[in-house]
Amino acid sequence: MTAALLQYLISGVTIGAIYALVGLGFSIIYNASKVINFAQGEFVMIGGMAAVFLVADGLPMVAALPLAVLLAVLVGIGLERVAIAPARGASVVTLIIITIGASILLRGTAQLVWDRNFHTLPGIGGGMPIEVLGATILPQAVLVICATMAIVAALFWFFKATRTGQAMLATSYDPTAALLVGIDTRRVLTLAFALAGGLGAIAGILITPIGMTYAGVGVMLGLKGFSAAMVGGLGSPMGAIAGGLVVGIAEALTAGYLSSAYKDAVAFVIILLVLVTRPSGLFGRRDGISL
Amino acid sequence: MSAGQSAGLGLLAVILAALPFVLDNPYHFEIAILVCLNATVCVGLNLLIGYAGQISLGHAGFFALGGYASAILTLSYDWPPLGALAAGALGVAVLAHVVARPILQLKGHYLAMGTLGLGVIISIALNREVELTGGPDGTIVPPFSVLGWMPFESLEWYAITAGLMFVTVWLSLNLIGSPIGRALRALHGSEVAAETLGVNTASHKNLLFVASAVLAAVCGSLYAHFSGFITPTEGAFHHSIELVTMVVLGGMASVFGAVVGAALLTIAPQVLTVFHDYESIVFGAVLMGMMIVLPRGLVPGLVRLVQSVGFGR
Amino acid sequence: MKIRSMKRRAAFGLGLLLGLLTFAPPGGSAAEPIRIGAFLAVTGPASFLGAPELKTLEMYIEEINGAGGVLDRPLELIAYDAQHDAKKAVTFVKRLIFQDRVDLIIGGSTTGTTMAVIPLVERAGVPFISLAGASVIIDPVKRWVFKTPHTDRLAVARVFEDMVARGLSGIGLLSGSGGFDQSCRGNAKALAEVHGLTVLADELHASGDTDMTPQLTRIRTTPGVDAILYCGFGAPTSIVAKNLRQLGIDLPHYQTHGSASQKFIDGAGAAAEGTRLPAAAVIVAEQLPDDNPQKAVGLAYREAYEARYQEPISTFGGHAYDALMLAVGALERAGTTDKEAVRTAIETTERYIGADGIYTMSPTDHLGLDTESFVMVEVHDGGWRLVE
Repeated sequence: MTAALLQYLISGVTIGAIYALVGLGFSIIYNASKVINFAQGEFVMIGGMAAVFLVADGLPMVAALPLAVLLAVLVGIGLERVAIAPARGASVVTLIIITIGASILLRGTAQLVWDRNFHTLPGIGGGMPIEVLGATILPQAVLVICATMAIVAALFWFFKATRTGQAMLATSYDPTAALLVGIDTRRVLTLAFALAGGLGAIAGILITPIGMTYAGVGVMLGLKGFSAAMVGGLGSPMGAIAGGLVVGIAEALTAGYLSSAYKDAVAFVIILLVLVTRPSGLFGRRDGISL
Repeated sequence: MSAGQSAGLGLLAVILAALPFVLDNPYHFEIAILVCLNATVCVGLNLLIGYAGQISLGHAGFFALGGYASAILTLSYDWPPLGALAAGALGVAVLAHVVARPILQLKGHYLAMGTLGLGVIISIALNREVELTGGPDGTIVPPFSVLGWMPFESLEWYAITAGLMFVTVWLSLNLIGSPIGRALRALHGSEVAAETLGVNTASHKNLLFVASAVLAAVCGSLYAHFSGFITPTEGAFHHSIELVTMVVLGGMASVFGAVVGAALLTIAPQVLTVFHDYESIVFGAVLMGMMIVLPRGLVPGLVRLVQSVGFGR
Repeated sequence: MKIRSMKRRAAFGLGLLLGLLTFAPPGGSAAEPIRIGAFLAVTGPASFLGAPELKTLEMYIEEINGAGGVLDRPLELIAYDAQHDAKKAVTFVKRLIFQDRVDLIIGGSTTGTTMAVIPLVERAGVPFISLAGASVIIDPVKRWVFKTPHTDRLAVARVFEDMVARGLSGIGLLSGSGGFDQSCRGNAKALAEVHGLTVLADELHASGDTDMTPQLTRIRTTPGVDAILYCGFGAPTSIVAKNLRQLGIDLPHYQTHGSASQKFIDGAGAAAEGTRLPAAAVIVAEQLPDDNPQKAVGLAYREAYEARYQEPISTFGGHAYDALMLAVGALERAGTTDKEAVRTAIETTERYIGADGIYTMSPTDHLGLDTESFVMVEVHDGGWRLVE
C-alpha cells in the first residue's frame, strides 16, 4: 500500500516540477508587465517539438537541446516586441485576447512547420526504471526534479545577486519608481519574456521523454502552470513552485485514490477554492510581490 | 433607443429577411444558422463583458450544458424537446446563480481565471461521464419538435434562429436604454461610484451573468438539435475563447458589434478551410492584429471613423 | 493627428476584414468524374490510422484512373482531414454531401467520427463505408452504412481465447474514453464470463492523457490480476506499453487491432515486445501458409504500398483498400452512380477477397467478413510474429 502511495508521490512531484517551471514563467511575465501570458504553454510545446525535430534532423542532443531553448527565447522576445509592447495600456480583456491569439498562431505554425503527430525523445538511462521501496522511478524523472531544483536555485541567485535581477524585482514592485531611478523597464520587460520562453522550453524538453509532445500539448500544461502560479499567488516565484507541487501531487493522489478520470479537473477545483477563500493565493500578498 | 440603433435594427431585419434568397444550398444555410446562434450568445455575453465589465472565459460550458441537457433528456428519458430545452435553461440558471456571487467578487485576471476554471470543470465532466454523455466522441441528439411540428428543412431552422437572434438584439437595445442599462454602464465606469449612487452592483452583475448564461444554454440546446450531434468540444476552453473573441472583435459595449463579430468569426473558419494548413495561423494573426490595431473592436472603431469623417475636425 | 491615426487604424482593420471575405468557398464543378468523398484522421493522435488510409486511397485511385477509371469515368477523391474530432467530421461530411456532391463516402478512421455522421448520411441517403472498428456501427444494421474492419467484439473474443489457452484468468482492463474504447470495454465485460474469465480491475483514462501510471499502479495493486487488456487505439497504445515497462509490470499484455501498426511498435520501442493483439492477417502475410487465399492479396498490397511510400504497411491501410475495392466493385455491378443502386450493389457483394479477409454482405450483415483471417500476432524483435 505504501509502495502505491510512494508511486503516486513520485509521479506527482515529477509533473509538479513541470507545472512549477511553467508557473514561474507566468509569474515573471506578470511581474514585469501585469500581463497574463496565455501563450506560456506554447513555449513548452516549442521546446519539446523543436528538440524532437532537431534530433530527427541528425543533430546531437548537446546541440539540439540548447538550440530548442534558444528558439523559445527568441519567440518570447518576438512576442513581447510584436504584440505586447504596442498594446501597452490596453484593457485586461484585450491583453488576454492578444496572448490567446499568439498561442493559436504559434500552435498553427508548429503544426505547419513540424506536424500534428505525437513525438517522444529518448530519456536518460534508456527508460529502465529504478526500484525504490517497491515503487519505481524513471531516471528521467530524477533528472526532471534535479533540473528544476537547479533552475530554481539559479533564478533566486539571479534575482538576489545580480543588478539585472534586482532591476527586474524593482520594476515588479513599482514600474514608475524603477523608471525614475534609471532602470530601463523596456529591457526588463523583454528580458522577462525571454526568461519565460526559456523556462517553458526547458520544461517541454524535460517532460517529453516521460509523456509525449505534440503541437497542442501546451494548452493543458499552460493552464495547469497558470493554476500553479495562481494557487501560489500570482507574481510570487516561490508561490509558483509551491503551487506547482501542490497541483501535481493533488492530481496524482486523486488519480490514484479517487478517480483517474477526474485527474485533470483537480487543478481547476483547487483554483476555484483558492480564489473564493483566499484570492491572493497561498503565498501572495494582496497586489504585492514577494520572493 | 437612439436613431442610430433603430436604423441598425432596421438594417438587421432587412438583411435577415433577404438572406434566404441569396443562400443557395444547405451548407450555406448551415453557416447562416450557426451565425445566428453564435450572435445570440454573443449579444448576451456582450451585456456582461461590454456593459458590466465582467469577463467570462467559461460561457462555452453553459452552452454545452444546455446542449447536453437536450441531448440526454430527449434521447434517454423521452422528454419533449421543448421541455428539455427549458429544463436545461433552468438548470444553468440555478448553477449560474449559485456560482455568480463568489466568482463575481473577483476582478480582472482573477475573475478570468475563476470563470475559466468553472468552464474547464464542466468540460472535463462532459468528457468523463462517458455513460451519460457518450464521452469525448459525443452523442446523437434526436430532432427538435414542437407540438408535432418538426423543423427539418434549413429554411425552418433559419427562421427559428434568425428570429431568436433578432428578438435578443431588440431586447438588449431596450435593456441598455432603460434605467437598468444606465446603472450597468455606471458599473463599468466605476463600481465604487455606482455603489455610492445607490446602484446595487452585486445584484445587477448577478442578473447579467445568469441571463447571459441562460441565453447560451438555450442556444446550446437549439444547436444540439439542429446539428443532430453534440461533442464536449462545445464546452471546451477554446470555444469560450471564441465567444469572447467574437464580442471583443466586433466591439465591446456594442450590440451590433457582437453580431458582426459573431458573423465574421463563424464564417472565417469555413472560408479558411480552403487553405486548411494555414487556418489557425491566419486566425491567430487576425486576432492579435485586430486587438493591437483596433482595441475597441471593429464596429465602434468604424463608427468613430465615420463620425470623424462626417463631422470634420 | 489623433483623428488621422484613428483613420489609419480603422482602414487597416477594414483591409484585414476584406482580405478575409474575398476568399469564397469553392463551388462544385461539372459532373464528369465519379466523386468519392473521404474524411480521415490524417493527423493528430489517431494519425496512424488515417495517414496510411489516405495514402492507400490516393495510390489505388491513381492506379484505377491509369487503367481507364470505372464505368469509363475517372475517380476523383475529395478528402478532408477530420482528425479524431467528431465535430469536424460532421462539418466535413455536410460539405461532402451538399457542397462537393459526392457519390459515395469512405471514412471515419475512428468509431467516434463514424457514429457522429451516421444520422446525416442516413438522412441524405449516400452510400457510406466506414473504416472504424466498433461493432455498434453495423449492429444494428443501418441502411446506408457499411464497414470493412473486423469488430472490437471479435477482437475481444480472440484475446480471451488466447488468454484461456495460456491459463490466465484475472483481467486488468484499461480503456480510453472514445467510442471504440468504450465499445470494446463493454464487449470485454460482457464476454469475460462466457470465456470463464473475470474483469478484476476496470480503469479509464482520458483522451489526451500522456501518463497512465496511476491507472496501471491501481491495476497492479489489485489482487488476482494476471493479464492486462488495453481497449484503445492511436498514440495512447504506445504510452500504455511504455508505462507498463516503466512500472516494472511484466504481466501478459494484450491490445486490440487498434494498435496494428508499426507506429505502435516504434512509439513504444522495447516496451512493445511481447504485446499480443488480434489483427488482419495482411500484416503477417509472408508468414501465412501458401494455400491461404489471403496471402496473395496481402503480399500484393504490401509490395505496392511499401514500394511507393517506403514505410511498412498497417492493417488500417488495408481497411481503406477494401473499402475502395468494395465501392468500385459495386459501381461496376450497378453500372451507374445512382445512390440506391450502388447501395444495393454493396449489400449484395459476394466473396470479395480483400486485405482484411473475404467479404459476403447481406441485408442483415453490413460487414460480411469471415473470421479466419483475423489472427493473433505478437510483437517480436520490433516486428509482428504470427502466434500459432
